[in-house]
Amino acid sequence: MSAVDIDIGLRRGSFSLSAIFSAGSGITVLTGPSGSGKSTVASAVAGLVRPERGRITVNGRTLFDASGNIDVDVAERRIGYVLQDALLFPHLSVRHNLTYSRRDGDLTLDRVAGILGIGPLLDRKPVGLSGGERQRVAIGRALLSGPSLLIMDEPLANLDAARRAELMPFIETLRDTLALPVLYITHNWPEIIRLADTVVLMEQGQVRAAGPLQSVLTAGDETLRHLVPDGSVIEATPTAGDVDGLCRFETPAGPMFLPRANASGGKVRLFIDAHDVAIALEAPRGVSVQNVLSGIIDAMTILDDSHLDLRLALAGEQAIRARITRHAGAQLGLREGMTVFALIKSVSFDRRLQFRGIE
Amino acid sequence: MPLLTPFETEALLLSLKVAVAAVTCSLPFAVAVAWLLARKEFPGKSVLNVLVHLPLVVPPVVIGYLLLVTLGRKGIVGAWLDETFGIVIAFTWMAAAVASGVMAFPLMVRAIRLSIEAVDTRLESVARTLGASRARVLMTVTLPLTLPGVVAGTALGFARCLGEFGATITFASNIPGVSRTLPLALYTALNMPGGEANALRLVVLSVVLAFLALGISELMARRVTRMVTGIG
Repeated sequence: MSAVDIDIGLRRGSFSLSAIFSAGSGITVLTGPSGSGKSTVASAVAGLVRPERGRITVNGRTLFDASGNIDVDVAERRIGYVLQDALLFPHLSVRHNLTYSRRDGDLTLDRVAGILGIGPLLDRKPVGLSGGERQRVAIGRALLSGPSLLIMDEPLANLDAARRAELMPFIETLRDTLALPVLYITHNWPEIIRLADTVVLMEQGQVRAAGPLQSVLTAGDETLRHLVPDGSVIEATPTAGDVDGLCRFETPAGPMFLPRANASGGKVRLFIDAHDVAIALEAPRGVSVQNVLSGIIDAMTILDDSHLDLRLALAGEQAIRARITRHAGAQLGLREGMTVFALIKSVSFDRRLQFRGIE
Repeated sequence: MPLLTPFETEALLLSLKVAVAAVTCSLPFAVAVAWLLARKEFPGKSVLNVLVHLPLVVPPVVIGYLLLVTLGRKGIVGAWLDETFGIVIAFTWMAAAVASGVMAFPLMVRAIRLSIEAVDTRLESVARTLGASRARVLMTVTLPLTLPGVVAGTALGFARCLGEFGATITFASNIPGVSRTLPLALYTALNMPGGEANALRLVVLSVVLAFLALGISELMARRVTRMVTGIG
């Protein structure tokens, strides 16, 4: 059963929204350019905006149904709502912000304060807190209202990269230890790559694509290309032992050798930029490149006068995208169905942003 | 020798009584009207807005006259009050309170309305998602955050009441001990031959009173702001 089923439509002047998608448990990222309707969808789920038609179902409970005349009051929806500005009540202490909701949830104040590391802040007023602290208190306040779904509308957008990286593990904890479905809105791809279980791409009020991150990134659809980064994602498990600081990662497509990532172990999600991938017809010898994966060209797209985009099907039902010149493609005589080798430099991985721990 | 003459004491105490009564009774209405104007859309909103602001723009004597016409013993509302409850307002201290309350009302509404408009409505939305009813949001979020504006509006209204003259003399007349507040006492003194010395004493008294009222309100406003936002 999906956690969230959304099929809604509304008009606001010249803007018309028609959003249809389902989200499972885990983190569903709604992304797309500004004005694509992401936040409107979030507000409609929270009950702050009333759609003109359609249905909203969360964990099997119908919150809105235009045809059945159901419109559950905001206060009764049990949707935790965290926005870009933490929006803490300035006249209340952190403790009283956290306990503002009188609903009973499964969580206690101590547990939430422990998970989010805000125990020492309880008796302070919001005015003295840093941006990251405020956002953690806002998340805690939402959790303590016993939500069946947590909506986070660009929760990290006001923070610098370091604070963002600091907060992402907390958000993963919500999903992994509290099993709380999260509807997460952002247009920051490092966040999406790290957090998303499902990605919903929106543009001009329409859902353009929805599905697992990997399939959205490597979908052959050219009309989506401007909405996603050029690259692909592979999940990899580091193995013990380094050789000269290089670590062997097992992936479904074969082993990869990368700089030792976070020492945390566990699975990581690697983002492979299409520009960092070179193509060879034979397994190369005498090159410095450490990662060689063989695959079959299953899509070849001419991007412009000079560039080609290739999609390679790898072993283990993985896929990788490569950006090469048309000249190189002609030189190698590339065509769909050919078996080739993808070469990826180990140093092209940005450790901080593109690795991600998975339970 | 006592600091104030019986004449001055009487006017001072009456002024305070009238101002306190006027502000206390009109404050709930001022908050309600300010909230309506700040947060609600309804037919006739601009009419209400104009009505509330009328005392700021028409001569106070006009307001006093309108009060006399409606609340006077022969007025529409006044006659009904007299018949039903036996209450007569005109030419009593209550008339002075009503007159100054009406004159102070727009100032109070303006200050409170501005502070309601300054409350981020998203705070109210978040409170709703946390399960709070509209009434609880109003009592626990909107009104507490509006408190600095309420204090400022109350202080402004109180000061305006202390200085009210035109509407009071029209609706409540100038009766010693009943409706002769400080400004009316000052006016009376100026109209008496050789009353300049008395008038000067009343001027000093009025200025000192105004300073005290504003000083106290400033202290309160600071306390409340610190309580509400933690800054200050």
